[in-house]
Amino acid sequence: VTAAPQPGAAGFLARYHGLKDHLPGARLPWLAALREDAAAHVAARGFPTRRVEAWKYTDLSPVAQAGFAEPLTAVAGALTLPQPRCAARAVFVDGRFRADLSALDGLAYRAASVAQHLNALEGMLGALAPLSEHPMTALNTLMFEDGLLLDVPAGVDAGHLELLSIAVDPGRPFAFHPRHVIRLAAGARLTLLESAIGGSAQYLHNPVFEIDLAEGAVLTHGRAQQEGEGAFHLSMIHARIAAEARYDTMAVSAGARLTRMEIHAALTGPKASCHMNSAQLAAGRAVVDTTTALDHAAPDCASRQTCKTVLAGQARGVFQGKILVRREAQKTDGYQMNQALLLSEEAEMDSKPQLEIYADDVKCSHGATIGALDADSLFYLRSRGVPADQARSMLVQAFLHEAFEGLEDDVLREALTAAVDGWWVRHGTAL
Amino acid sequence: MLEIKGLTAEVDGKPILKGIDLVVPQGEVHAIMGPNGSGKSTLSYVLSGRDGYEVTGGTALLHGQDLLAMEPEDRAKGESELDAMQFLKLARERMKALSMNDEMLKRGVNVGFSGGEKKRNEILQMALLQPKLAILDETDSGLDIDALKIVADGVNAMRGPDFSALVITHYQRLLDYIVPDRVHVLMGGRIVRSGGPELAKELEAQGYGAIQAAA
Repeated sequence: VTAAPQPGAAGFLARYHGLKDHLPGARLPWLAALREDAAAHVAARGFPTRRVEAWKYTDLSPVAQAGFAEPLTAVAGALTLPQPRCAARAVFVDGRFRADLSALDGLAYRAASVAQHLNALEGMLGALAPLSEHPMTALNTLMFEDGLLLDVPAGVDAGHLELLSIAVDPGRPFAFHPRHVIRLAAGARLTLLESAIGGSAQYLHNPVFEIDLAEGAVLTHGRAQQEGEGAFHLSMIHARIAAEARYDTMAVSAGARLTRMEIHAALTGPKASCHMNSAQLAAGRAVVDTTTALDHAAPDCASRQTCKTVLAGQARGVFQGKILVRREAQKTDGYQMNQALLLSEEAEMDSKPQLEIYADDVKCSHGATIGALDADSLFYLRSRGVPADQARSMLVQAFLHEAFEGLEDDVLREALTAAVDGWWVRHGTAL
Repeated sequence: MLEIKGLTAEVDGKPILKGIDLVVPQGEVHAIMGPNGSGKSTLSYVLSGRDGYEVTGGTALLHGQDLLAMEPEDRAKGESELDAMQFLKLARERMKALSMNDEMLKRGVNVGFSGGEKKRNEILQMALLQPKLAILDETDSGLDIDALKIVADGVNAMRGPDFSALVITHYQRLLDYIVPDRVHVLMGGRIVRSGGPELAKELEAQGYGAIQAAA
């Protein structure tokens, strides 16, 4: 029997100091130094409070106050997995790669455990993830045990891959911090379906993605966040998009008690592009947060972003979207739209679009709306024989539809639509 | 048959309908005309069950059923469900009758529709639902003459012994194309005059003022 773990940043640091000789890569000097650096940041800053501007609208104190244990004992034995949606599948249980549950044989590219390839990741792991600005990235760097390493060689079309994260309830609050490293060489293509599911326990899933797309590479990244009700899902994507490369991501956030899906993407070469769409749904007292920062650092790049939020009960939603257009990023074509639908009087949405433009020949537009379901539309459907709950569902689906536009991949579309439908089945009747 | 007796209703505590008596026998099309603020739209909303309209007295029966006690969707129901194949077949058939392109089946409802296409779509919905009673509230507003004909043709195609309609309109124009069996003039929350289709012409010529003076 062990004492309850210490809460907050101090708890994580204490566990780090106890564990560090056992963490993967402990004998690699570069990684040990990186973790020590992360420890210094975590010690100096701790968990961000609402006094920090980037966290003004999302209160992490429930996370800071919880005492998490890292999942030191691996979950073994049989698990019921959802039906695979792609032939190739990488499965992580409590943040650790499970070769026995995965299907990665015979691929034309490397899909493997980060923990098993750390000696090849010097200079790469951490290269895109600055510790100083991102407290959760620092925490991830401090504690990560594993993650998915994807290396797609130049010109290879890798097809579809599913990345499935499962949190198994060990009967106590626990945390895991997977570190995923995804690299597409010039002209490579990949469609990644990322799913996160979990039991009803209190847990923290704190994944960090480092995504590096070389010239002309195309990554399509679907994300279905369907964590358990007690979960904190704080994910961070750091992406670098080279000339003529494209990063398209579509996220559905439909689980967890507190979610922040944060993306920092830099368009670093001419004609690079990035689409970041998301649909976030919350009921009860859940919190959903989409925070993005797009750095237009080269000319002739395009970015598109549509974020749709649906809030019921006393749920809270946050959208923070920053677009930075640097002086050299002439002919930038940027579009950002965020819209929220409040299904109750007590729901709250905070929306903060931020455009910082230093180039003079650019096209950038943005819009933000927050509203309730349209009474006219609701009556229109009911007066044609559609029952009220079904009519509400149809109108919410229609509201979300725009975020799914441009998502042409059937596998992603089905998975993400299922995530929305699942949320509706759990919460729709109570609305 | 629609039977309305002594119907009174208010919005935000303000009386709008002050005792409507109206019978629309099965198979007939009746027009309701009246100036702005006379209660025309309130009547259609009360009959279809929109929130925010409080019925304070009277009755409204459709084929003997008390409309006012039902939810809007239950007032609208009646047809049994079709499966997807049957529905698509029926939709294609009805679309053809309205000269609508199959291409429109692939578009989101009303996304990028012109005014005329929206009206066509409304009429298509009516043709698919095959109501016993249709309430057409200012369906002609904002329509050019071609779109007006589409609406009128759609309604006329539905006419028969099992279809009744209440056509609510501001202008006589629509009634050149949908010739009603009866015309009722609604003013100040009451029906002040009823007559044949010629009443619409009289209104067009003399305006509502003359009727008010006579009433």
